[in-house]
Amino acid sequence: MSILVFAEQRDKKLRKAAIEAVSKGRALAETLGKRVTVLLVGDEISDLVDEIKKYGPHEIYLADSPDLALYQTETYARVLEKMVKELNPSLVLMANSVMARDLAPRVAQRVGSGLLTDCVDIRLDNGAISFVRPIYAGKALVRMKITTPVQFVTLRANVFPPEEASNETEVRELDVATEVPRAKTLELDIPPDQGPELTGADIIVSGGRGLGNAKGFALVEKLAKLFGAAVGASRSAVDAGWKDHQHQVGQTGKVVSPKLYVALGISGAIQHIAGMGTSKCIVAINKDPEANIFKVADYGIVGDLYEVVPVIIDHIEKQGDLEAS
Amino acid sequence: MNIIVCVKQTFDSEARILLDPKGLIDESAVKFIVNPYEEYAVEEAIVLTEKNGGQVTVVSASCQDPSQALRQCLAMGAGRAVWLDCGQADFADSHIYAEALGKWLNTQDYDLIFCGKEAIDDGMSELPSRLAEILDLPQVNTVSSVSIEDGKTTVRRDIEEGCEVIELNLPCLLSAQKGLNDPRYPSMRRILQAKKVRIERITLGDLGVSEEDRVPFVKIEEYLIPPARQGGRILNGTHQEAVAELLRELGDERRVI
Repeated sequence: MSILVFAEQRDKKLRKAAIEAVSKGRALAETLGKRVTVLLVGDEISDLVDEIKKYGPHEIYLADSPDLALYQTETYARVLEKMVKELNPSLVLMANSVMARDLAPRVAQRVGSGLLTDCVDIRLDNGAISFVRPIYAGKALVRMKITTPVQFVTLRANVFPPEEASNETEVRELDVATEVPRAKTLELDIPPDQGPELTGADIIVSGGRGLGNAKGFALVEKLAKLFGAAVGASRSAVDAGWKDHQHQVGQTGKVVSPKLYVALGISGAIQHIAGMGTSKCIVAINKDPEANIFKVADYGIVGDLYEVVPVIIDHIEKQGDLEAS
Repeated sequence: MNIIVCVKQTFDSEARILLDPKGLIDESAVKFIVNPYEEYAVEEAIVLTEKNGGQVTVVSASCQDPSQALRQCLAMGAGRAVWLDCGQADFADSHIYAEALGKWLNTQDYDLIFCGKEAIDDGMSELPSRLAEILDLPQVNTVSSVSIEDGKTTVRRDIEEGCEVIELNLPCLLSAQKGLNDPRYPSMRRILQAKKVRIERITLGDLGVSEEDRVPFVKIEEYLIPPARQGGRILNGTHQEAVAELLRELGDERRVI
């Protein structure tokens, strides 16, 4: 029995949360006295092997083929199904991502297995494993067990910090006969220079209704760039059409837990707090001293964000100049 | 073109979540709504049938009576509503709901099945893919645009960094993401009309879902309410002073920048 980790890559880049899953899988395997095997699927992806080796898996299986260059549910499902049937693992770990939420339930159904998505804690009690996952967008948590022999689990990003480990890693190839899928991915459209991705970002700067208009996001983006941060938005800013829904943080948007979350002109509706309440550090800037966001913020500044944010930018730029000189 | 939309009745997203004395989720004072992602699916289905003809059917597989949500969908423009009554099935077991839906859908005539990408209550998002697997249909999840020409369907699927463009033929299963459309608000007249429509109720026994298909895959151990986050410090003084203090705290104390 072993632990299988599906190491997600897109565009030949490993997802950060996939590294976290490899590392968590290795740590669990050590505790349980099992082996950990990583499955890496794509086209010309052997360069990623060294990055994965740093986290100490016992084996890496490469499914490397031009037919696997783009993610397609049916082809990837066939690869994962084959790996699961060959290895018969007790646990299949994946980063909780759009891909995993498409792929994991399809394969879990095929092999008759239970699945828990978006887990934030794994508990071991005398060898019995259970998983804690948020429900109602984090307003509550539920601890659950999976009762099938193979257990599929996806792990939330930024919750399990990766640790490097040295193990002998064997690299093998997984032969998979691919067929033309019924749902064909024609293209992958990733805009260039968009900064870090929201769910995996260490720092997020978000704007809300307090910005007053769509142009206000220029200021949010400027601060985000200085911090190397991703840009988020509240539901009201998205519903007003100021920012694309891809940036929405909250119950009907993305759930994030960065090291630092900066909320600009965000009142702190319950749906928004549900999406960012597990951030390690929250900073709020808002005109309204009664705004709900101050009840969850570690640091608050009461004031007009159009006055306060330029001061922050000024300070950081001056610091940068000092360090450069 | 016949489209079947699988909907779930969920808690209002504004709801505060509390536990009852037994440690279960307290549903006594909660307003129920159509899961928001299914509202996008219903809207898209209505728009597609307005263009191509055909009917929209909404179906909900659940233990609790989903009439409130189904009537909302009827008021939006769905023509038929079905409740697959799953009796005592555990709420967490998407596979049991998927088996029930699969059994029923196999008796229906459809070109397209639409779901929401996830339910905002359990956040599990496994039902669409499980159902597509049971029905042996191609699937695309988190769809933010759909165009159908001569049976050829082209969709955009949201991913973390951007989107994918995917082409497939009908019949297929799609799950809706925010951004797909703006769901309509039904008129009072339509809301009143929807109240008169009979909702069909079908049990797992009627469907022939076997005992084997009702064996749970997962089990709930306990519910927990996370401790409320405590507010911290308001930084006073001039903006210059407050910002200097903030950056010092974030850098030296918290080490997050």
